[in-house]
Amino acid sequence: MRTSNPCIAVAIVILYPALMFAGTISGKVIFTGTPVKQKPISMAKEPSCEKQHSTPITTETVVTGANNTLENVVVYISAGADDASAPAQAVTFTQKGCQYIPHVIALHTGQELHVVNGDQTSHNIHPMAKTNPEWNKSQPPGSPPIVQKFDNPEFISVKCQIHPWMHGWFAVLKTNHYSITGDGGAFTLPNLPPGKYTVTAWHEDYGTQTQDVTVTGNETKSVDFSFKAKAY
Amino acid sequence: MKNLKQWKFRIAFGCLALGALCILPVSAQDAPDVGPHPAQPLKPMESHIGTVTGHAKGGKMDYRRYCAGCHGDLGDGNGENTPWLDPRPRDFTIATFKCRSTPTGTLPTDQDLFNTIGRGVTNSNMPVWNSFSDQQRADLVAYIKIFSPRWEKEKAGEPIKIPAEPPVTIESIAHGKALFTKLECWKCHGPEGKGDGPSAATLTDSKDQPIRPYDFSSGRDDSRFKCGSTNQDIYKIFMTGVDGTPMPSFADTIQPNDAWDLVHFLRTLQVHRHSKENDVLKAAGGKIPPYVEKPSEAPSQPSNGAAGGGK
Repeated sequence: MRTSNPCIAVAIVILYPALMFAGTISGKVIFTGTPVKQKPISMAKEPSCEKQHSTPITTETVVTGANNTLENVVVYISAGADDASAPAQAVTFTQKGCQYIPHVIALHTGQELHVVNGDQTSHNIHPMAKTNPEWNKSQPPGSPPIVQKFDNPEFISVKCQIHPWMHGWFAVLKTNHYSITGDGGAFTLPNLPPGKYTVTAWHEDYGTQTQDVTVTGNETKSVDFSFKAKAY
Repeated sequence: MKNLKQWKFRIAFGCLALGALCILPVSAQDAPDVGPHPAQPLKPMESHIGTVTGHAKGGKMDYRRYCAGCHGDLGDGNGENTPWLDPRPRDFTIATFKCRSTPTGTLPTDQDLFNTIGRGVTNSNMPVWNSFSDQQRADLVAYIKIFSPRWEKEKAGEPIKIPAEPPVTIESIAHGKALFTKLECWKCHGPEGKGDGPSAATLTDSKDQPIRPYDFSSGRDDSRFKCGSTNQDIYKIFMTGVDGTPMPSFADTIQPNDAWDLVHFLRTLQVHRHSKENDVLKAAGGKIPPYVEKPSEAPSQPSNGAAGGGK
């Protein structure tokens, strides 16, 4: 007890400026031009999945929102922040209705990934890793989650070959400062101590963009990204 | 007329001789030491196969003479023959291998690579290199390790354990068939194993090259699987997966004895092949009965709530 009190005091003294001046980088990802039309997906070959969808399903290579906003963009600090260690909690990637939910996940190198099969059919999970070892595992209905880790940063395309329309991404990063844009294309990277940062935005079809941002104190810096839509 | 024919023959022969003159000096001596080189000095990689120790240095000349034409000087599978090959030669820089005794995502053992060189790869341009001595093959195994840093950072995976094969019975074949359906093997391999399942046409390997699922029915007595033809080899295929292809590993989902049942069923898909499995099937009237789950095999349901409530 006697030793723990000074420890906490020291911790507060060290952390105080960081907590006090924690900046935030936030913004929006938009696109210009006309994105390619997404292809319809027929799940007729997998009735147990087909009946889970009341609305037509399309590919998710480019998902857009109102006012030309772009979803499924991974925005992260690629330089400037210390390479924090992997969080203890796992990231979950679910197969439901023969789709990947969510379409893109981000996780830290070494962080646990849980792949869950919520369907009444077998899937095979095949991350097409290039700098990480490539594996490919079958997961019948009712099996426990597949638990895996990736040691190297990489954007990994994930496929199920039993259901060839299923496609997703694992963004394996060396940082915990990331945000994936959803409806509205917005992202927020909070808890950034003062410093110079490189912010990278990655989209599976449109590639990457970077911007340098300096956070000086307890402020919110606004940064927007604009991708040019590919016509095909 | 006869004269003309003779002339034709002479011209043809002359062309051949000329062609041979152009080719021979290159292939008859050691491959010229030109072109892109892997990092120098050569990494001192080794392989251990039984009592034989292979050294990368020893494999260099054989690699450049016999392997580089397809696998490339840099081991990236981009040799000068590659544009004409399907499937493409293995890319050693990513260290992903099809035929392993080790779990999916891990490096194969030296013995696995040694076996692949000696066995060749069915349905591909990789020949059977049985002209090599064990030492040559071991040296080549060591040499291909220079192309990927994974060989310095990782150890080979732990080979999967294969229990002794139980006797073939019509029940084990029936259970194997039930697994083949339940695990969706048929989605690619087809209900009769002809490689014509509903997803077969969509398949690509990890380099986006079209790839076909194995057609079990086409093989006759001499049929070979890519990674060996014994029942143990078939067991290994689906328990380790065929890395770099759509074929996943079922190690987490199939119990060891169930796996043998699946092997027994897969043998019956080779309808033209003589096997003990087909003999058992024939003796049972040629039809696989529907699988009835034995009560003892099913996970026992606790009859009252208290049995399952322990800490």
